[in-house]
Amino acid sequence: MILNRRSFLGTATAASAALSAPMALGQAKPRVVVIGGGSGGGTVARYIAKDSNGAVDVTLIEPSRKYYTCYFSNLYLGGFWEFDALGHDYGNIARLGVNVIHDWAVGVDRDAQTVALASGEQVSYDRLVVAPGIDFVEGSVPGWDVSQQSLMPHAYKSGTQAQLLKHQIENMREGGTFCMVAPPNPYRCPPGPGERVSMVAHVLSEINPTAKILIVDPKENYSKQALFEEGWERHYPGMVTRIGPDFGGENVEVRPDAMEVIIDGVVEAVDVCNVIPAQKAGKIAELAGLTNDSGWAPVLPADMRSRMDENVFVLGDASAQGAMPKSGYSANSQAKVVANVIRGELTGSRIFPARYSNTCWSLIATNDGVKVGANYEAGEDQIESVSSFISQTGEDAELRQQTYEESIGWYNGIVADIFG
Amino acid sequence: MFEKLKPLILVGALLAPTTVLGQATPIGDASAGAQVYQRECASCHQIGDGAEHRIGPHLNRIFDRRAGSHDDFRYSEALVRQGRDGLFWDLARLHAYIENPRALVSGTRMSYRGLRDEERRANLIAYMRAYSDQPQNIPEASPTAIAREVELSAETLAIEGDVEYGEFLSAECTTCHQRSGEHSGIPGIVGWPEEDFVVAMHAYKQKLRPHEVMQSVTQRLDDEEIAALAAFFRELGRE
Repeated sequence: MILNRRSFLGTATAASAALSAPMALGQAKPRVVVIGGGSGGGTVARYIAKDSNGAVDVTLIEPSRKYYTCYFSNLYLGGFWEFDALGHDYGNIARLGVNVIHDWAVGVDRDAQTVALASGEQVSYDRLVVAPGIDFVEGSVPGWDVSQQSLMPHAYKSGTQAQLLKHQIENMREGGTFCMVAPPNPYRCPPGPGERVSMVAHVLSEINPTAKILIVDPKENYSKQALFEEGWERHYPGMVTRIGPDFGGENVEVRPDAMEVIIDGVVEAVDVCNVIPAQKAGKIAELAGLTNDSGWAPVLPADMRSRMDENVFVLGDASAQGAMPKSGYSANSQAKVVANVIRGELTGSRIFPARYSNTCWSLIATNDGVKVGANYEAGEDQIESVSSFISQTGEDAELRQQTYEESIGWYNGIVADIFG
Repeated sequence: MFEKLKPLILVGALLAPTTVLGQATPIGDASAGAQVYQRECASCHQIGDGAEHRIGPHLNRIFDRRAGSHDDFRYSEALVRQGRDGLFWDLARLHAYIENPRALVSGTRMSYRGLRDEERRANLIAYMRAYSDQPQNIPEASPTAIAREVELSAETLAIEGDVEYGEFLSAECTTCHQRSGEHSGIPGIVGWPEEDFVVAMHAYKQKLRPHEVMQSVTQRLDDEEIAALAAFFRELGRE
């Protein structure tokens, strides 16, 4: 039986039975195509290739020849990490036998099971993994769109945007104001904006100590809030002001040409403005018909399989899976589940129960690191959180330094895990 | 104000999972809990978009909140005192309080007899959980489900010390620990003698060894899984 999208949606039971058998034993090599070479896509391509020992044909489609991680880009802003150290190429993934194509995926024909590339080529698949990360919701911050990103950078996809923001911060006038327009939920890396504020404060306290930081936030609260606020008070007293929704933080407009931020009707002149807009799944997920009204791609909790198509998996930030935060660690964790399932379906190897986890480290100041983490399990409707932990306020300096050193170890570990 | 708090119960499944390999245990049935809420709570407490204090405080974001911590609501001194002593509303405390408010807080002004039926109480709490912080936004937020006891198939249980299973499990380790055995900030674990590996993992599992990440990881590993990991990392060290 050859399944297609319509038969799967109509008869989940039939699909379930058919999926339990390897589909390509004794036939031509089964083909997996992965769109997106970040923490989710890079990991799944590498693990399928590595673990299948050549039994599966894996193609990775990623426009960039070098991937710059979003994680640790805040540390680059703070002067704790080199820009070049954020970049990773695909050489070792290719050496495992993955066919790496540097091109844009511009469409998916799910009935024909092909991916269209900007070059005009078509790549066919038996299983497709979509891991495009995020895109921004147009109009979510009135006055801002991507054409303004050179004036008011988002720096929420790493690479040149991070360089631009760093340049602007370092060249801000003495006593000037750095403004961050924080995003609404859900967004990539829940503690990311707080860590960024910490790193900007670190730089400014060294080179421009009378400067101010203004956070305009539509959310009532955010991850690690107590830890960040304690750290800001300790390391950068009086520098950071946050305007939450009660004081107009959810009614914000920007004027990039005038370098103004209008908060609940009140005009504030700022010197650098980091606009982090509302987010949605990367555009190819939408073009492929994998997203719903939320802008994210719903998946089954047991294996990250798209709810729209049994032959497609959606990983990482783009997925609507439930309780896992959108993070590089989460994407890496989900990718290993998907790699195991796809390899099992295509080659008959054993499929093990999903294991999901996440830890996010953040740096507040020199040698002052904190972390939050959780374990997750597949529930009936979504991935559920079953336990969590977080650093405590008031921890001693040695523990915080150890946590920071641990975060460096994690960075080196995860990029080795993804990129080899 | 709370328009961004989307009740989980509205996120309906389009399809049942094709394979259920292991499933978290839900707190309760939130849909059924909505009815319990209407019957037991709604006359005094509001919840959801635009909820305000009435006879009792509103219940948005009740999970993880310190007891008696709304500045604009007049609580009993007993509840405020308990909050100062460190009472936060988590799953266990909410169960205890709703079952019998005076068992947890002597002198509470909440004139409620308590809800003894455990299933109805669990459903009610599951409903309330939907209006508190969600872990995808606040990872440290209270869990959304109860960790299942490790339940494995007979096939899986038969693979004690199985290197292949260990390799699958090791993927969780190698997000941080490098396969090369190198260590910088995070210790290397490749090539450890199996016995040392097993002893260390059980020490984390029993929380004898301190480290929250490792305690968290080992909490859901059973004896066979630890053995499989030990076997895999031993083999990896021989490569």
